[in-house]
Amino acid sequence: MAHVASRSVFTADLVGPAIADSFRKLDPRTLIRNPVMFVTAVVATLVTIMLVGGIGGGTVAFKGQLVFWLWLTVLFGNFAEALAEGRGKAQAASLRATKGELTGKRIVGSGTETVPAAALKVGDIVLVENGDLIPADGEVVEGVASVNEAAITGESAPVIREAGGDRSAVTAGTRVVSDSLKVRVTAGPGQGFLDRMIALVEGAERQKTPNEIALTILLVGLTIIFLIAVGTIPMFAKYAGGLVPVVILSALLITLIPTTIAALLSAIGIAGMDRLVRFNVLAKSGRAVEAAGDIDVLLLDKTGTITVGDRQASEFRPVGGVAVGEMAEAALLASLADETPEGRSIVVLARERFHVTTTALPGDAEVIPFTAQTRISGVKTGTSLIQKGAVDSILKANPGVGETAAATELRRVTDEIARAGMTPLAVAKDGRLLGAIALKDIVKAGIRERFGELRQMGIRTVMITGDNPLTAAAIAAEAGVDDFLAQATPEDKLAYIRKEQVGGRLVAMCGDGTNDAPALAQADVGVAMNTGTQAAREAGNMVDLDSDPTKLIEIVGLGKQLLMTRGALTTFSIANDVAKYFAILPAMFVVLYPGLAILNVMHLATPTSAILSAIIFNAVIIPLLVPLALRGVKYRPVGAGPLLARNLGIYGLGGLVAPFVGIKLIDIAVSGIGLA
Amino acid sequence: MTIQGWLLIAVFTGLVIAITKPFGLGLYAVMEGRRTWLHPVLGPVERAFYALSGIDPDKEQSWIRFGIHMLLFNVAGLFLTYAILRLQYYLPLNPLGFAGLAPHLAWNTAVSFTTNTNWQSYSGESTMSQFSQMVGLTIHNFISAATGIALAFAFIRGFARRETAVLGNFWADVTRVTLYLLLPVCLVYAVILLAAGVPQTFNGSVVATTLEGAKQTLVLGPVASQEAIKMVGTNGGGIYNGNSAHPYENPSALINLLQMVSIFSFGAGLTWAFGKAVGNTKQGWAIFSAMLALFLVGTAVAYSAESAGNPIHHALGVPGGNMEGKEVRFGIAASSLFAVVTTDASCGAVNAMHDSFTAIGGMIPLFNIQLGEIIFGGVGSGLYGMLLFVILGVFVAGLMVGRTPEYVGKKIDGREVKLAVLAIAVLPLIILGFTGLAAISKDGLAGLANQGPHGFSEMLYAFTSAVGNNGSAFAGLTASTPFYDGLLGVAMWLGRFFVIVPMLAIAGSLGAKRIVPESAGSFPTTGPLWVALLIGVILILGGLTFLPSLALGPIAEHIAMIHGQQF
Repeated sequence: MAHVASRSVFTADLVGPAIADSFRKLDPRTLIRNPVMFVTAVVATLVTIMLVGGIGGGTVAFKGQLVFWLWLTVLFGNFAEALAEGRGKAQAASLRATKGELTGKRIVGSGTETVPAAALKVGDIVLVENGDLIPADGEVVEGVASVNEAAITGESAPVIREAGGDRSAVTAGTRVVSDSLKVRVTAGPGQGFLDRMIALVEGAERQKTPNEIALTILLVGLTIIFLIAVGTIPMFAKYAGGLVPVVILSALLITLIPTTIAALLSAIGIAGMDRLVRFNVLAKSGRAVEAAGDIDVLLLDKTGTITVGDRQASEFRPVGGVAVGEMAEAALLASLADETPEGRSIVVLARERFHVTTTALPGDAEVIPFTAQTRISGVKTGTSLIQKGAVDSILKANPGVGETAAATELRRVTDEIARAGMTPLAVAKDGRLLGAIALKDIVKAGIRERFGELRQMGIRTVMITGDNPLTAAAIAAEAGVDDFLAQATPEDKLAYIRKEQVGGRLVAMCGDGTNDAPALAQADVGVAMNTGTQAAREAGNMVDLDSDPTKLIEIVGLGKQLLMTRGALTTFSIANDVAKYFAILPAMFVVLYPGLAILNVMHLATPTSAILSAIIFNAVIIPLLVPLALRGVKYRPVGAGPLLARNLGIYGLGGLVAPFVGIKLIDIAVSGIGLA
Repeated sequence: MTIQGWLLIAVFTGLVIAITKPFGLGLYAVMEGRRTWLHPVLGPVERAFYALSGIDPDKEQSWIRFGIHMLLFNVAGLFLTYAILRLQYYLPLNPLGFAGLAPHLAWNTAVSFTTNTNWQSYSGESTMSQFSQMVGLTIHNFISAATGIALAFAFIRGFARRETAVLGNFWADVTRVTLYLLLPVCLVYAVILLAAGVPQTFNGSVVATTLEGAKQTLVLGPVASQEAIKMVGTNGGGIYNGNSAHPYENPSALINLLQMVSIFSFGAGLTWAFGKAVGNTKQGWAIFSAMLALFLVGTAVAYSAESAGNPIHHALGVPGGNMEGKEVRFGIAASSLFAVVTTDASCGAVNAMHDSFTAIGGMIPLFNIQLGEIIFGGVGSGLYGMLLFVILGVFVAGLMVGRTPEYVGKKIDGREVKLAVLAIAVLPLIILGFTGLAAISKDGLAGLANQGPHGFSEMLYAFTSAVGNNGSAFAGLTASTPFYDGLLGVAMWLGRFFVIVPMLAIAGSLGAKRIVPESAGSFPTTGPLWVALLIGVILILGGLTFLPSLALGPIAEHIAMIHGQQF
């Protein structure tokens, strides 16, 4: 599932089924989930009965049109939801296709039996060989293999999966492209990652989020208040010696209750999740997406997020009077066979800055590979031994240098390097210290500005790193983060998150290892990398299929956009009521007190035209706002003040003014055509 | 409109701004249970009360306990006053020998004073003994005001405290508010009134000889003491039927100004105390600004409508503004201002007859009450009423900054929204429902003095005033009938306590939450943008509901007046 470019909301393949769904959703059992639209449907039914029975006042033509627009209002609401669901369904269909009919080779005794994936239980061990699709989510218990996970991540380069460690989780529907694995099943049928993803994008599992529930309560409350306002009018009218036709009261009620936002509310929620899925992030609940908008503190891993993954050699610092050229040559020789980006950068530095011309190792050279135990690599030629590695390891490996002046100088130099935010590597030749190489962390271009934006939005960034505090402080200053956690252990992270939460802040972090799991679970938004362990993926409330920790920043933006869209359309919907009152009230009361025509500030042609125009505006505004609901309002990373000013201007003032203009235009059309 | 008129409004506004912080400081100190300079004298009195009643003032209560104790206290007060009014003939201090009140009138009056409404269905000087006035009614002027402030304290604590289950001790709050705030302020105030010529005596009446030589009996009584609490406690019930139009209640222009300022004193002070309690006085001033803006607009509209006068009169050769029903001593500006102030707050004292205002001039007081008397408002109830709108405003617009709505660090979620909507819906439900009932029933229509839209306004005003616990009347309506006494009594009770219960529940729910530290991403609730937004929310959610009723009442009447028709 690759990133989908922004495309029109209304495409033929989506609109067709959505229209069919709009009618299917007229089922009262479905409608009742949206109380405001349910009330609209009830009123539409009543007016339909009045039309058929010839009661309730008004001409047949007027009632006929009213019935048409009332039902259209309900259908438009259904359509908005159906369209949002349709977009998810299209994605779900492609996911389902990749999943296909999976079978697994279950290990029984010493042999295997082939069973359908649906028959696999948690705890079963299956064998997956080269070319097989993995039948169920699980944990690798034996073997190493490369796995193509394009089916879920869209990334075609295979990834390594192996037993133990942080890369042991495998996902159903992905294909083993080399070697074989033994996998212990961790998810039962229908409970797997892919199943959950399908259910989520389809909207089948959608539950209302806390915020959505609160908003629904407000909308229901407003509906009740307007029911009171409209329901008491007949008594007032009776006093005034007149009668207000029930159909007109029905029209007034429907225009006043917040149908616009109620119609779009669930579409906004579905579209918000959908945007996240398109972004290759899978949220396990809508609650997590909302929480993302509320984040106050972002814990970001240094490597890969703040700095580019690889450190680059930036300086050679010889000690003990060694010429820099000699050191550069030794460093180059020690690194020629080192294919890591760090090794290559040493070669580049030696060549470009110090013009070392050696291009290949002597024929008799023997490469000493880096091991985690020695933490030293190097090269041995017939006559000499060049070593490169962590400062302490080099000093330990060369006891002869002991407490010489060169050793003291090396310590001083490496301290300086660390303080400048770099990592030192020592180089020794034949038991003699040559100097230190400074490896510099390259802070990503533009990241400082991103953090600046986050700060404006009121979000603090905290850098998590395994570096020592000196180095960490220097990088933190360069990258512009607000705080850092040096030599961070999983316990440190957990403690940091708890501390922030006690202070009332919401914390987001990402992680991939099993030891990240507690912190991921504790964080309000925990984004697990898809390459991570099963434990991490279970603990987080989101999974990033691209395993890109930088995305945390965008996730926050998406969460905010979801909430903003909801707020903007609510404000718009409520502000609309002012104009609607001014359209319908004079039309309704002018028979009682002709002087009240003065309230007809829009100079609408006739009372019936005014009422029809208001109800038509109320209906057509829904599909007009569908694109906004599905795409979300424009989001800019600025502080709350400017954001409010902007949105209040557009949706608050706009919501006041737009219906005055819209109703007037519709009135011109309606009275022009002669509909009323 | 005159320069003097606008100057009066400007001076009044300046005075309100000036007293906000001093009153706020006092309220804050009492709310926090701090020692004040009155403690050396009144501290022992306070402790004596606790000792006598077995109350531990440091034992704080949950919102439910706080609410139950508050309700019990008020129900007990209701019964006590009902009994006094019914039995006043047998009770002392009845120099004019008034009989006991009829059951419906006693019920209406008892509810009226318990709920801080002071709707006066009776005529004071011809029905009430001095004992009834002092023990039955004046006592409620203090305790209903103290109850309101105690409730506001509980609500403020809900916002200000973090992760707590308790909101204060109702008994301690009521005792302290009465002892350290209401009584001292009223004592000073009453002395000023005395000096200005307001009577304070147990004598029944004096007989005066008028210029024409006729004898006129002037009823006397403990007026100054009643007058003071009537204003600062936003009660509004005077000794005389003429209320603050009566020279014994309101002897001069200066006292008139003092009376108006004192109506806003505690309401304005509470906004400051709120800001202080939540750790940012700007929050309090923002609420104050929204109130002030609504007040100024209302005053401007009412004043211009009254000054413009009635074209029908103009055609008859009577130029100038509308002087019908106004005290000549005060004139149009002071009467319009008083009407707006008394209805912004839930005071209900009047120095002119709102019934005789022009249609639009009379609509402003009506609309002010319909908004829920949140413009400074009743003591305590004004602030908590306003904060209910704040919750809705923050919830509607707060999402627009991309965060879960929060106010002064408290996240607003479904529970608070539900309760706030419930509290706010009570007003339209009872006002419109009961008015509708009156409008179509024979008993309701029987009480009307006028026909057409003006008659409708009279009914609408009566129920609005009752539900809003204002107590001012749009005279003209004969409300002292079993129908109106009964229904208005119910309206007053529901209007007060059906708002309070959900409000307390919100306080409880907010108090239990943690406080989110403010950041650049927090919804701004201090600047002019917020004030404008809050006003918009109040007008749209609180005001629009009443537009149909206003259209059929004052607006229809206004248009008819332009066309030369009267009712």
